[in-house]
Amino acid sequence: MTFFDFTFYLFAIVTVGSGLLCVLARQPVHSVLWLICAFFSSAGLFVLLGAEFIAMLLVIVYVGAVAVLFLFVVMMLDVDFAQLKAEMAKFMPVALLIGVVLLMELGLVFGSWTVSPDAEGLRAAVTPALDEVHNTAALGQLIYTKYIYLFQAAGLILLVAMIGAIVLTLRHRKDVKRQVIRDQILRDPKDAMEIKDVKPGQGL
Amino acid sequence: MAEFLATNTGIALIIVAQCLAVIGFVMISLLFLVYGDRKIWAAVQMRRGPNVVGLWGLLQTVADALKYVVKEVVIPAGADRTVFMLAPLASFVLAMIAWAVIPFNDTWVLANLNVAILYVFAVSSLEVYGVIMGGWASNSKYPFLGSLRSAAQMISYEVSIGLIIVGVIISTGSLNFGDIVRAQDGNYGFFSWYWLPHFPMVFLFFISALAETNRPPFDLPEAESELVAGYQVEYSSTPFLLFMAGEYIAIFLMCALTTLLFFGGWLSPIPGIADSPLWMVGKMAFFFFLFAMVKAIVPRYRYDQLMRLGWKVFLPMSLAWVVLVAFFAQYGAFGGAYARWAIGG
Repeated sequence: MTFFDFTFYLFAIVTVGSGLLCVLARQPVHSVLWLICAFFSSAGLFVLLGAEFIAMLLVIVYVGAVAVLFLFVVMMLDVDFAQLKAEMAKFMPVALLIGVVLLMELGLVFGSWTVSPDAEGLRAAVTPALDEVHNTAALGQLIYTKYIYLFQAAGLILLVAMIGAIVLTLRHRKDVKRQVIRDQILRDPKDAMEIKDVKPGQGL
Repeated sequence: MAEFLATNTGIALIIVAQCLAVIGFVMISLLFLVYGDRKIWAAVQMRRGPNVVGLWGLLQTVADALKYVVKEVVIPAGADRTVFMLAPLASFVLAMIAWAVIPFNDTWVLANLNVAILYVFAVSSLEVYGVIMGGWASNSKYPFLGSLRSAAQMISYEVSIGLIIVGVIISTGSLNFGDIVRAQDGNYGFFSWYWLPHFPMVFLFFISALAETNRPPFDLPEAESELVAGYQVEYSSTPFLLFMAGEYIAIFLMCALTTLLFFGGWLSPIPGIADSPLWMVGKMAFFFFLFAMVKAIVPRYRYDQLMRLGWKVFLPMSLAWVVLVAFFAQYGAFGGAYARWAIGG
């Protein structure tokens, strides 16, 4: 076993193990922490594959942003564990069904990757040497040049979804006093202040 | 000896030695940064600052570190013990491992990754976990509020830091720090560095770095007047030391990033004087001085103002700048100042 194999098995075992513990952990926050561990070691696997750009994106996007929001939400939730346990049996068939569907889809993907003639052609396509084209540059070429319209369409769909979410939750409250920074900056001492000469014993 | 160093064991030993050299540099700088921070702060407030331990109080930080280490570790009764102890470790280790890709000279770098800048960005986006985990595991109100504030704050300012970095990456055409610095090498010394073409972004980056590292005026996660000490309330002795060391190392890393991205790393400011790692260290020390001055001078922000600044001011500005830089680079505006692909990437 070379050092490379050792690293691969280490990351693989940690990924699978923390995935399992993510499901089994009793405390939701621990689940999220195990999920982060799983993300992190799969980033390690990507690095071993030579896909360092995807590895870094995985860490930045999933660990650095998505999982933080997960953690944020899970910490704020007041979860009743007894109730959760009781409902687990009820949702078990659905969960199993989803699991089986996902597994079958994965099987289909890998199966067609091995036998389909199209995939044969794709695999035969020569990968440029790593010192000629960095995978960052190659990905940029694909996403921003070759598939730019699809990429823009995906961005547009996300934008629409985001605007939808904002519209659904936006409410204008009239009775709240808000700070308007522009007004504060544009305030002139001449309008805001007045110097009065107070005579002794008279007041204003 | 040369044969031994070419074997696997030899290479591993060399790597370990290099790691130790970087760790040693960071830890020794840390001792004097904390001292310098307190001295600068004291000078601004017309106090004398630490002046008892060692010559001019130089060993004050060593004494403090020793004091933390020998004290008792107190874990609150309701705390989640594992996560409670994991949080300071994460905070310290994550701050430390980012230094693996920081170059100090043309070839002086531990790991010459071609996605180095993404690596630093990834690690600095992980640093929030130390704070969140610490605040949650303490099982107490003030730490929890502090960690929630910190999560929102760090995510908000990461967005603008990311966009500012994108501008520099577009200009260089590479994600490698060595390439970024080499792209700033020109005939005009100080004036060929990126601070000039990316002028407004230098300020945005500096302010975002303050917010990202929870430094005053953005130290709301540990605001002592509102939250006692935020996520650090329940921590004592070595775990607290780790939190504090992690915080200072992250600040020093931000100084190194400012130097590399905008101020030419190890390049000398005057053409004719040799480039050297001393320039790099000197520039980092200068930016740390600015960090310390900001801490001493600027009053703390209010939380809603902090969020407004991040999302409504910095984000649109840095986004617009990315678009502008992309155009300048594509059409070679200003004599190619924004498109240095030939030199860099």
